[in-house]
Amino acid sequence: MTDFSRMGVAAIRDGVANGEFKAVEVAEALNARVANAKALNAFIVETPEKALEAAAAVDADRAAGKPLGKMAGVPIGMKDLFCTEGVQTTAASHILEGFVPTYESTVSANLWKAGAGMLGKLNLDQFAMGSSNETSYFGNVISPWRRNDGSNAALAPGGSSGGSSSAIAARLCPAATGTDTGGSIRQPAAFTGISGIKPTYGRCSRWGIVAFASSLDQAGPMARDVRDCAIMLEAMAGFDPKDSTSLDLPVPEWEAGLNSDLKGKRIGIPREYRLDGIDEDIAAMWDNGIAWLKDAGAEVVDISLPHTKYALPAYYIIAPAEASSNLARYDGVRFGLRDLPDGSGLQDMYAATRAAGFGAEVRRRIMIGTYVLSAGFYDAYYTQAQKVRALIARDFEQAWASCDLILAPTAPSAAFGLGEKTSDPLAMYLNDVFAVPASLAGLPAMSVPGGLSKDGLPLGLQIIGKALDEQSVLNAGLAIEERSGFTAEAGEWW
Amino acid sequence: MSVDKDTVNKIARLSRIAISDAEADKMVGELNGILAWVEQLGEVDVTGVEPMTAVIPNKLRLRDDVVTDGDVREKVLANAPAREGSFFGVPKVIE
Repeated sequence: MTDFSRMGVAAIRDGVANGEFKAVEVAEALNARVANAKALNAFIVETPEKALEAAAAVDADRAAGKPLGKMAGVPIGMKDLFCTEGVQTTAASHILEGFVPTYESTVSANLWKAGAGMLGKLNLDQFAMGSSNETSYFGNVISPWRRNDGSNAALAPGGSSGGSSSAIAARLCPAATGTDTGGSIRQPAAFTGISGIKPTYGRCSRWGIVAFASSLDQAGPMARDVRDCAIMLEAMAGFDPKDSTSLDLPVPEWEAGLNSDLKGKRIGIPREYRLDGIDEDIAAMWDNGIAWLKDAGAEVVDISLPHTKYALPAYYIIAPAEASSNLARYDGVRFGLRDLPDGSGLQDMYAATRAAGFGAEVRRRIMIGTYVLSAGFYDAYYTQAQKVRALIARDFEQAWASCDLILAPTAPSAAFGLGEKTSDPLAMYLNDVFAVPASLAGLPAMSVPGGLSKDGLPLGLQIIGKALDEQSVLNAGLAIEERSGFTAEAGEWW
Repeated sequence: MSVDKDTVNKIARLSRIAISDAEADKMVGELNGILAWVEQLGEVDVTGVEPMTAVIPNKLRLRDDVVTDGDVREKVLANAPAREGSFFGVPKVIE
């Protein structure tokens, strides 16, 4: 019998299209895997009926000889940050517990139109604020990976798209949506040995995605290989008049354009990313990545991105500032939680609702954002951060004079244990040190597996490209995938 | 710049988030830790640099001035925590 859990997006799509199996068989098999993986806590809501319904529609279309979509018959996981009509959408928060949207996000609608089906809504860091999936109101997501020292310590799947990364690595679904504000697709992909791409800002519509930091938020696909990411990104992307920053450009045929021959491409290695005291395993993986890209025909050049060290502090002003504004909508009046203490008025209701509905990290970021935007501090913090952001973008612009792509590690370490970093917000923030610069500049960036640490945990290589050049990013990712020989997977302990 | 407990209480009030005395005490240390760290941005020379407003050059579009949706009152009210008829219910605002 075919093991559908080992098939990726392309294999399922092609098998369904060729009549090797029915879409409904795939949906049934993966529904069962999702139902049997509760120990990972990857899903907040399971929707087996949605997966079956979409699959049956694809089977009927095929039987009727109708054309099939790019994702026809492929069941996926949907990060619970995308509004799904009739299915609870929480952003992993208490304040949105029980919220059932009456509309569908553009990205999820695009995926359903392409023939994908929904296995369920995936857990995440609350409002996508976190790097370990420990801020969810619905509990931590556990990585399927374990260290090879026999300790069985529960490890972080990364964040914020930690339900997505855990579910894909555990082969509960071939692919899932992610969103990336400052590394939330790439870092979890790196931690779990899968691939994920954040496209250029504006490629995927933000409409119907619970907003965190609007100038940074960008959706993207996560899957087990580069081709699957290309297919799914094609299905997700596209102009949407309902998002004022949506790019009015045709969606390239990224899958058809895949080509791992990198002759003529120059790969920049940013010297500022080689931090003092860099983890040995990370440094060795990076060197391997350089060798693989050379082997694929690319020329490797040293580059400088001088403002790199300021990216993270700039991010931790800009993102909370935008979040404090975006999250002002949770007022206990129109949707979501209401906490109305006895005899209290409107102002008390707001304050009580928001205190009860937001987790500690979300409250912390709203307060930082409120402070940096407040009268007297706006210029010193927010305007200064936006100027530094312009310099970071300029660093990349200048680097493109001497290179076409940039290769760096995705994260400074392998996955850490749950609870290891929760007591110190700054230590947690530092996880995104390599991911945040590309976010601030709106550039496409991808993580692909680059090897294993001494502890037997996956490490990720990051490829950053020029704006709108997702194709070169995917191609370099493919060149690495073909050479890394990464076949490790998590043992099925759950 | 650093914040004291009064400032934390003020930020909480501006944020419309109720905090207890103990939480305010704890928040003083946390916010100061983060603010001290972001302070390093002050050392960057930004002379002549315009603050970024858009990462990817893109012009704001105008659409035709026509009604494109509406007539969805039930949908708008569907998730209201307290509904009164066709209105959102709130505690009394004016005495």
